Amino acid sequence: MKIVVTVKLVPDPNGEKKLDPATKRLVRTGVETVINPYDEYALEAALQLKERIGGDSTVTVFCMSPESLKESLRKALAMGADGAVMLSDSSLEGSDVWASAHAMSLALKRIGFDILIVGGLTDDGSTGAVPGALAEFLGVPCLTNVRKIEIADGKVRVERETDGGYQEVTGSLPMLVTTALTIGEPRYPSLKGIMGAKKKPIDMLSVADIGAADTVGSAGSKTELLSFAPPPARGAGQIVTPEDPAAGAAAILAFLKDKKLV
Amino acid sequence: MPDAMDFLGIDALLDDEERLIRDTVRAFVRDRITPNIGQWFEDGTLPREIGRELGALGLLGMHLHGYDCPGASAVAYGIACMELEAGDAGVRSFASVQGSLAMFAIHRFGSEEQKREWLPAMARGEKIGCFGLTEPDFGSNPSGMRTTARRDGSDWVIDGTKMWITNGSFADLAIVWARSDEGIVGFVVPTDTKGFSSNLIHRKLSLRASVTSELVLENVRLPDSARLPGAHGLGGPLACLNEARFGIIWGVMGAARSCYATALDYAKSRVQFDRPIGAFQLTQEKLVNMLLELQKGTLLALHLGRMKDEGRLHPTQVSFGKLNNVREALAIAREARSILGANGVTLEYPIIRHMNNLESVLTYEGTSEIHLLVIGQAITGLPAFT
Repeated sequence: MKIVVTVKLVPDPNGEKKLDPATKRLVRTGVETVINPYDEYALEAALQLKERIGGDSTVTVFCMSPESLKESLRKALAMGADGAVMLSDSSLEGSDVWASAHAMSLALKRIGFDILIVGGLTDDGSTGAVPGALAEFLGVPCLTNVRKIEIADGKVRVERETDGGYQEVTGSLPMLVTTALTIGEPRYPSLKGIMGAKKKPIDMLSVADIGAADTVGSAGSKTELLSFAPPPARGAGQIVTPEDPAAGAAAILAFLKDKKLV
Repeated sequence: MPDAMDFLGIDALLDDEERLIRDTVRAFVRDRITPNIGQWFEDGTLPREIGRELGALGLLGMHLHGYDCPGASAVAYGIACMELEAGDAGVRSFASVQGSLAMFAIHRFGSEEQKREWLPAMARGEKIGCFGLTEPDFGSNPSGMRTTARRDGSDWVIDGTKMWITNGSFADLAIVWARSDEGIVGFVVPTDTKGFSSNLIHRKLSLRASVTSELVLENVRLPDSARLPGAHGLGGPLACLNEARFGIIWGVMGAARSCYATALDYAKSRVQFDRPIGAFQLTQEKLVNMLLELQKGTLLALHLGRMKDEGRLHPTQVSFGKLNNVREALAIAREARSILGANGVTLEYPIIRHMNNLESVLTYEGTSEIHLLVIGQAITGLPAFT
């Protein structure tokens, strides 16, 4: 069973994010880069699946990112992935959802997979649209927001989180699955894992390798960001100085009723 | 502008693997230790399952090679100690005693059978070890120890009392040092051996999230196969202590970093006289003095770690590191406490906990006085104690 996990490298979610007004892109230099937290859950799901299936199953991490961030990918190998493939090319810069998913799909076709596990969202772009686009380009079924994955007799059986509960769904391989955060807390890499990670391969692919020259980057994108603005500043709060506790409670109740919160 | 937490850019002196180890242990401490440590400290407990969690991370005996131990570098071990003690010295002490005292003793001086029997399970944290050298009346002067081991046929019989033993009451095995006709000898004593008992030491106001015990050995009978065959004389236990001291040099800088970070945050947000107190010159002097010693101590730890990895670290240089870094960490903790005012004495903040812990760290694994005199002898050639 070949399990592939897509991983994005993003600016540290705990740091301050800035947009460059000139390029209209997120500033990715001078900030700590980490694995997109949602992708760590996808990786955890993949590692658990591999442990359950056993045999000669492998977990391969796929990442589209500048080569300079290669070492940030090492954590995925330390957590237990067997190897990584990185699609790296300066011409990929500025790719929108369509161009990103298209380039990724070409690379993933080349890598090959039985099941592709993808985090539900990225912490930087947060479009949530790449997994669906990927499945479309790859021509595989897509099951989203999954909290449990089982594979038996060539069939995938998953539990999908829904607003009211969960659904059991089955499908055939190859398949794309996106993970919910309830799939399990990502493990810490062990010291042995960390020390072994530097011996694991990170294979490099370029845009030429996947034959995607005209469809990547800003030029290959089908959408364009026109402008952006920060959310409006929060208005001044309302201060009530009641005469006694009962009056204070009445004021709070009136406020909540006004907002239709009670 | 330099980073307030790493003003000299010391991070750049670490390699990618070392940074990943740091980030991993830091995340573990953030998730598992920090949310609980105030309560553990107040309750005077350390949950035994922390052992298995540290074992799963590979942090127990991490710098030992073979027998399912990862074989990490001295610097990697130091980094782990720093991050653990940024959580609490009790947690770091647990790992130090398990890895550098108990496991190291078996790894360095044990028989092949002892290594196979104990080390893999200890690395996983399934078996917990403690280290019995100090006695009620013999601390800095272990050569006077009263615990005895005498041969009886093919067996040994051990009698005596050990004091201030970290991990003592939940240990599965104790490394016990005793005097015999053949000089100082060491044993691996399973704690369920007849005649072995331990008493938890209560009413500590320091290292409360650490199990500290008295070990009592009354007619403990063991076969010769329980003796550590490679250890002859006091050099055996002292070699183990030297390993653990190295971790302290790093660990205390973790505690100091936690105090500095807390004080810096507090000084920027606490308003008095209509300004954050960090805007006052007296507070800035405190913060800057803390930063200077924190960064210098961290550089010292890293320097000594690189020397250890190159195999050229002398025990007197370990004394240098322990003397300086514990002294400065304690000073940083006290200074940080004063910035937090009354808040500095509650367990809502880590400072008073670190400060009290450091009082134990100042004393154990060689008191600051002894380390000072070791260095004094090294530079003058004149021993001030025998």
